[in-house]
Amino acid sequence: MDAIRVEGLVKTFDGFTAVDRVSFAVAEGELFGLLGPNGAGKTTTINMLATLLRPTAGSAVVAGFDVARDRDAVRKSIGIVFQEPALDGRLTGRENLEFHTMMYGLGKAERRRRIDEVLALVELTDKAGVLVDKYSGGMKRRLEIARGLTHRPEVLFLDEPTLGLDAQTRRHIWDYVRKLNKESGVTIILTTHYMEEADFLCDRVAIMDHGAFAALDTPARLKDALGGDVVSLELEGDAAAFLEALGREAWIKRSKLREDVLSLTMERGERRIPDLVVMAGRHGVAVSCVNLRKPSLEDVFLHFTGRTIREREATAGERNRARVMHHQRRRA
Amino acid sequence: MRIHGTAVYVLWRREMIRYVRAKSRLFGSLAMPVFFLIFLGLGFRRMPVPGMDGGAGYIGFLAPGIIGMTLLFSSSMQGMSVLWDREFGFLKEIMVAPVSRVSLVLGRIAGGATTSMLQGLLIFGASLVMGFRFRGPAALAAGLVFMLLISFTFIGLGLVFASRMKDMQGFGIVMNFVVFPFFFLSGALTPLENFPWIIRALSYADPLTYGVDGLRGALTGTSALPVVVDLAAMAGFSALMLFLGAYFFETSEGV
Repeated sequence: MDAIRVEGLVKTFDGFTAVDRVSFAVAEGELFGLLGPNGAGKTTTINMLATLLRPTAGSAVVAGFDVARDRDAVRKSIGIVFQEPALDGRLTGRENLEFHTMMYGLGKAERRRRIDEVLALVELTDKAGVLVDKYSGGMKRRLEIARGLTHRPEVLFLDEPTLGLDAQTRRHIWDYVRKLNKESGVTIILTTHYMEEADFLCDRVAIMDHGAFAALDTPARLKDALGGDVVSLELEGDAAAFLEALGREAWIKRSKLREDVLSLTMERGERRIPDLVVMAGRHGVAVSCVNLRKPSLEDVFLHFTGRTIREREATAGERNRARVMHHQRRRA
Repeated sequence: MRIHGTAVYVLWRREMIRYVRAKSRLFGSLAMPVFFLIFLGLGFRRMPVPGMDGGAGYIGFLAPGIIGMTLLFSSSMQGMSVLWDREFGFLKEIMVAPVSRVSLVLGRIAGGATTSMLQGLLIFGASLVMGFRFRGPAALAAGLVFMLLISFTFIGLGLVFASRMKDMQGFGIVMNFVVFPFFFLSGALTPLENFPWIIRALSYADPLTYGVDGLRGALTGTSALPVVVDLAAMAGFSALMLFLGAYFFETSEGV
């Protein structure tokens, strides 16, 4: 059985379509990633699956329950770690977990056992009695992941689990997430806009942009779709003749000129660089910089959406700001 | 809809833990009513109050009003705690829990009613120090009923506003434009007889008018309206406001 099955899911806010007919299925025990820039609709998708928002159209079944009709059953089967911290800073770590486990109706002995268990898992046992306000960002994150697990959910949602954390803490969290997925077999859906996070953690990745999926596959296959390595040449001079010559070479699968940087896709790029430099020279173009990149998900994103994730983020940010201002005007 | 007792209890307990830990909030919110009691109580000590017989004096008139004011402020602030939770993200943790929305509302009401009753009782104690006298245990029991009804009414009001507002500033403005008029119109400080008729008409639309008058009647035996009328009015207002508060909270989205 699939842990999650989504069909034609749509969410609109005041005429703005945040999620646009998304369909996918996640197998039990899978670690599934939603990759995309801010404003792509990842969090909105997660919020609908977690029953916090009602879908405008389409259907979603989580752990066998419909998110629109069986809200309480869905809530019981999932754990969620929100993008922004959702802890009570005036309570201690243990009190936060007690609150959570009582809300989920666990008995007293079971609460104690599971709380101790998850505290040990995220190495916060000796900080359990400290007020959460005194925790560092990484500790809060770990406590939230622990909390998401105390009631043994079938599906765990992690919304940007490492946003704003330093490299070392991020690495730690990745290890926890992996360990969790492997050892307890919990299905994990995570959203991220960090390529390396999706690459490192996920069995399958959906690339999300403007509320829709641009691609969905394993990280390896997504990268294969690019057809090999990317060699970037920074050119000086008129490149027209050089480009024409390159067009005749069969081993170049793709070429893209952006300003004066030429990106070429090919297999075994390291062996082709000398030829490329010589060819450029023959056509009167100087090469001032060469860069060889084994494909990353960054390139995959560029390939499927036509832009880098950072450029996307800039425009999505503007769109969101415009939307917020629109809301504020309406309220005022 | 099912009521999840554990959820109501844990929400209430969280409120208690926070209340005990936030000592500055506790004392800060008691400072104003205590100042009112001291300075108005002493300042108007020798002023005769129309309708107050038995030599109770102005403190006999003022103390129930200030208790009512304390309850008004602390219970409508319960709405603030919803916004606080929204601001700090904790509301999502509550909203995603597998318990009925009714349980969430009941937990909030239980927590808010307990904290505002505690505040009210502390001010009651302070007024005894200031020379306020009440008629005995039965009077106190009746007074507690009015205190609870006042709390329920304004917790409901706070929930209505908090469910429809996204930020704390907006709530602060509401406090100034809604809660203060409730306070001044209620006759907590001054007898309603002295107001022009148009203000008096507004006063009779203010739940706190009946709350304070009933509390005064219950504790001192002197009130403008029969205590039974006050009780009926307060029972109606609190039921209505709780229903509205619960309805608005239930239909608000979690994010």
